[in-house]
Amino acid sequence: MLQLNKDEAIAHAAHCVGGPNETFVLNLGPQHPSTHGVLRVKLTMDGEFIRHAEPVCGYMHRMHEKMGENRNCAQFLPNTGRIDYLSAMQYTHGWVGAVERACKIEVPLRAEYIRVVTSELNRIASHLVGWGAWVMDLGGLTPILYAFEDREKILDLLEGVSGARLTFCYYRIGGVCADIDDAFIQGAKAFVPYMRERLKMYKDLVTDNVILRKRLEGIGIISQDMCRRYGACGPVIRGSGIANDTRKTEPYSVYKDFDFEIPVYDTCDSMARYLVRMDEMEQSLRIIEQSLAKLPEGPFINPKVPRLLKVPAGNYSYATEAGRGRFMVRLVADGSDKPYRVKLRTPCLSNMSLFAEAAEGMMIADAIAFMGSLDLVIPDIDR
Amino acid sequence: MSAIIDFLFTDPAWPWVRMILFLVGAASFAGANAAYLVWCERKVAAYVQRRPGPMEVGPQGLIQPIADAVKLLCKQMLSPIPQADGILFRIAPVAMVMPALMCFVVVPFGDLLIPARIDLGLLVIFAFGAFNVMSLMLAGWSSNNKYATISSARVVSQNVAYEIPMLLTVVTMIMVTGTTDLGTIVAQQSGGFWHWNILSGIWTLANPLVPFTFLIYFICMLAETNRAPFDLAEAESELVAGSFTEYSSMGFGLFFMAEYINIVVGCSVATVLFLGGWHPGFFPLPANPWLASLIGFGCFCAKLYTLIFFVMMARWTYPRTQFYGLLNLSWKILIPVALVTLLLSGVLMKLTNLF
Repeated sequence: MLQLNKDEAIAHAAHCVGGPNETFVLNLGPQHPSTHGVLRVKLTMDGEFIRHAEPVCGYMHRMHEKMGENRNCAQFLPNTGRIDYLSAMQYTHGWVGAVERACKIEVPLRAEYIRVVTSELNRIASHLVGWGAWVMDLGGLTPILYAFEDREKILDLLEGVSGARLTFCYYRIGGVCADIDDAFIQGAKAFVPYMRERLKMYKDLVTDNVILRKRLEGIGIISQDMCRRYGACGPVIRGSGIANDTRKTEPYSVYKDFDFEIPVYDTCDSMARYLVRMDEMEQSLRIIEQSLAKLPEGPFINPKVPRLLKVPAGNYSYATEAGRGRFMVRLVADGSDKPYRVKLRTPCLSNMSLFAEAAEGMMIADAIAFMGSLDLVIPDIDR
Repeated sequence: MSAIIDFLFTDPAWPWVRMILFLVGAASFAGANAAYLVWCERKVAAYVQRRPGPMEVGPQGLIQPIADAVKLLCKQMLSPIPQADGILFRIAPVAMVMPALMCFVVVPFGDLLIPARIDLGLLVIFAFGAFNVMSLMLAGWSSNNKYATISSARVVSQNVAYEIPMLLTVVTMIMVTGTTDLGTIVAQQSGGFWHWNILSGIWTLANPLVPFTFLIYFICMLAETNRAPFDLAEAESELVAGSFTEYSSMGFGLFFMAEYINIVVGCSVATVLFLGGWHPGFFPLPANPWLASLIGFGCFCAKLYTLIFFVMMARWTYPRTQFYGLLNLSWKILIPVALVTLLLSGVLMKLTNLF
């Protein structure tokens, strides 16, 4: 493995091409096979070494925050599921959570448990897509089809209760829109041991593959300091040895009732982030198991929530742990039925900001492996 | 019937008949392989990925390659003319396919099924095989595309790095067999499967490390034909389509064909050098030379396609290597091991001659 620091790598590359300043600009994206979605990165290249990287966002900007200001709380709800379309459950949870906190709405316990089960299923589905697409970027074309096979089972379950397969809008202010049925409970219970088997298989076939390990170990090292400077979150920060998970640090919903761990690896490289995601799927399975075991009876939605909510004037925030990290909604209300200002703090924007600094001096193939380790969802960056 | 065939194939007065027959035979073998290996590859991929693969066009999607070929032929060949070097851009795909086809001239398909029996047959294959690099480099460079240019730089250093261990293994085998005529190499391996070079080297003490030689050859062949896990030249998640980014229509189709023809040639050489060529290994060939050739051809194909199956499995199983990992593998592992086997078999041959 080539172990050069940034300056050495640039000097080496410059020496190889025969000139100190012979660079060219390579446009990585917005239409490129491995910038999934429409991320564009302007790379100043020195041969195959990246001298300077400049991510360009804005191709997917849909003004979700502005939209939040001109419709009422219930009307804005489906928008949040379309920001990070792979973590729609956690994102809608963030919004309904903020509104419930603002209006002091009680949520029935059963609804909270249903939210936890569906959110964790959604997290596994999201990690499976991220994992499959990432290994595909590394040239392994097969795992994504296995990942999609598992994800299909989750989507079938969630479709049964929510009616949607991707941009779920299952949560409602004060609960969820429909109760879960026996088919869902049985399916989810059967899914847990099935997925454990599959995770073991993925470990043997993919994680322990020597080529994959060589591609990820020691590549894309992000220090703790750098993570803090850019406000990185989710698996990215946990791969750098910081045990920061909103489910533990600011337990929302009923997460404090469950026994689960935050996987943390402190090697700071792409492999650490890979292992964090694989372990998180296992932890999510544990949460699903526990919450299905102690699922309480009762109503699934608070019947006393008014049709048109008037949010009391004030400044509220609510954070959830989505698949890619901490998603926070900040809601400033002036007492009318529409929010005065909505601020959505999304994980991918801060995680992507790392890329420019960390990618300097990398080779292009390593930079793509590193970009995969950040698991970017472009609509989440642009909102 | 037999007399006619004997007349056509052996009478020195009609060499051109023989030539044309073999030309047509070899070209159609190459063409059919290039088309149907794509189908096989898609079916293997589907098998690995637990899906049915092509099913729509014809039974089990068998007509799919023909439909694809027709589609490619009907499309317009676009070229980035104002910026690109138009002549080289158009020459490159042809320069890729022609040498690949030429290699079939010396491939021994059966005892009597050798298009041209040349003393330097092995050399001919590697001479034409080396064209591969130049054509890919031309394609990448003349496209005037940054991704294609990066890819052509990669192709050159990759193929140079892997040509060395590959030729070292071939030299080892030439030393053991004592000839570069592919027909003779196969003839030497007649008898049971323990006479095949991959096993006979061990018990005759000519080259006890011959399984490693075979492995090195196979890895180098994957790298030389730019197959995964060494497909850095077209690494679609990094370089879009590498050297072929700007190609469309049959220009792209020819590169695709050449890739599969190169695999067939590489695996044929492996079959001939290590796996006993047309010899069945488990039962003797019949006395009738034509029947023997036919059965031999079947055996040759069975071995050839088994190897190709492993080539395809490797592609759909492993992720792609990183570029410095690829070069490290060649310069730090494959070349030293190949050199050791070369030296060892040289010393052993000298010793066995002495006693």
